[in-house]
Amino acid sequence: MSTPTTTTYEKHTLNTKKKSQWLDVWKRLKKSRTAVIGLILILVFLMLALFAPFIADYEKDALGMNVKERLQSPSLTHWFGTDEFGRDIFARIVYGTRISLFVGIISVSIALSLGGTLGAIAGYYGGRIDNAIMRVLDVLLAIPTILLAITIVAALGASILNLMIAVGISNIPGFARVVRASVLSVKDQEYIESARAIGARDHTIILKHVLPNSMAPIVVFATLKVASAIMATSSLSFIGLGIQPPTPEWGNMLAGGRAYIRDHMYIVLSPGLAIVLTVLSLNLIGDGLRDALDPKLK
Amino acid sequence: MLIPVMLGVIFLVFFIISLTPGDAASMILGDGATEERIIELRDDMGLDDPLIVQYGRYMWDLLRGNMGDSYSTGRSVAGEIVQRFPNTFKLTVTAIFLSVLISIPIGVISATKQYSLFDNIGMILALVGISMPSFWTGLILIIIFALNLGWFPSGGMKGIMSLVLPAFTLAIASTASITRTTRSSMLEVIRQDYINTAKAKGVSRRKVITRHALGNALIPAVTVIGLEFGILLGGAVLTETVFSWPGIGRLMVESIQRKDTPMVLGCVIIFSLSFSIVNLIIDILYAYIDPRIKANYT
Repeated sequence: MSTPTTTTYEKHTLNTKKKSQWLDVWKRLKKSRTAVIGLILILVFLMLALFAPFIADYEKDALGMNVKERLQSPSLTHWFGTDEFGRDIFARIVYGTRISLFVGIISVSIALSLGGTLGAIAGYYGGRIDNAIMRVLDVLLAIPTILLAITIVAALGASILNLMIAVGISNIPGFARVVRASVLSVKDQEYIESARAIGARDHTIILKHVLPNSMAPIVVFATLKVASAIMATSSLSFIGLGIQPPTPEWGNMLAGGRAYIRDHMYIVLSPGLAIVLTVLSLNLIGDGLRDALDPKLK
Repeated sequence: MLIPVMLGVIFLVFFIISLTPGDAASMILGDGATEERIIELRDDMGLDDPLIVQYGRYMWDLLRGNMGDSYSTGRSVAGEIVQRFPNTFKLTVTAIFLSVLISIPIGVISATKQYSLFDNIGMILALVGISMPSFWTGLILIIIFALNLGWFPSGGMKGIMSLVLPAFTLAIASTASITRTTRSSMLEVIRQDYINTAKAKGVSRRKVITRHALGNALIPAVTVIGLEFGILLGGAVLTETVFSWPGIGRLMVESIQRKDTPMVLGCVIIFSLSFSIVNLIIDILYAYIDPRIKANYT
């Protein structure tokens, strides 16, 4: 009878401990002014993406051409002006937010799940498996990330799915390395040994005991990588290999507006600022999280 | 390590590019080609052989400096790359030189005056710098310095003046991240005991920083310079597109648009090879900066 009570008791203490740990992180994160600015900014962008249909009409404002109103400077009716087809730039930026955040998050999820699995296996088993996985990743790492993504899209063809696959795959080695390193740092701890001693299976140990305790660096890395995935998405779209026009995306808006910068510079100003602000806010949050998770460093 | 990794890179890129839909033979011959001629050319080019055989043939040719012929112009890929490579080299080396020149002093001063106004402004600028996409920065610099002030040309490659804007554009992101790394490693070093010892001995503050701290603080910075070089090469693709710079990056983008697979393959290989060689040089440099590493091997 005593055994079940101890386990529920232990579970209980474990849970409260876990909660208070993340609560501590949140408390420290709140204290960082820059991280809070980042959080507010990203919330604004999330809201824009979520409530886009209430802000502007996709068919009419973001796609509908209106030659009479082409290349108008910012005004009360068109906050950020209109582009070469007379489309409202603000509406296009709002809808572009959806694509950027979506592609950024999905491609990082691809990289995290595939790279994370590889890294966890490599770190946990070590030895020959580790060696084999890491050598293959060395090959991937030798190709500069964005060039790998460009090559994949060039071969598969430009579409939103291929874009996410390309950005996702090109980020696999980074995630594998981070996950491997943090698995290595916890796998020799005593609680892992005791889990093994009571006969827990390998995948249970990895998923339930190793990963939750090596989350901190992974969370930070993932946040920063969403930022760079958003940057990569717009870069690829800028050179015509990502989201294709007329679908509004910040990078392809810049590519389209490029020809008009001499007399209408506002046309490239706001899409670029949208990229900078999103990427900056995620970088601020990532930095803040790193400091909050590891108070020793500051 | 360089050679097996490069073999892997070439195989991987070869494989990715082979996924490209469409038939190379019918593309070279154009629309008016007869069925027989297409079959004949397919046979000539060995396109029906298994992928591994094609890879072997490519490698065999590559060893003799032959990277095949362009599908669209018929010119030799190796020749085109040799002709364009110096331009990309000039651009990236100037950029990395600029960023080292700017970032190391700022990083050191920021660390020695932690939380001062200089440090705060420097770190905010560095974060913004990391978050700016190079193609957008390029457009903004063109608007300000080429179209409005007329100080530099907005594109092309004529003389030293045309190098200024693209090199600065390319340098911004790497400057930002090298500054951050220099600062944080400097902060770590100046808290160590031997620095206190030096100060206690009465060594001047300036000398402590330059003679005692800087050497050790530079080690992480050098690693970042190597990694940044990869990002720089990727950035070169975008910067060269924005500034119509006749380098490998622009060649690659144009070749993708023309579906010129041998040229794309050649460009990715040359980019990855340069990246790997730079990292090899960095590894060797390590031994000079940090004698502890050399001691490990002897």
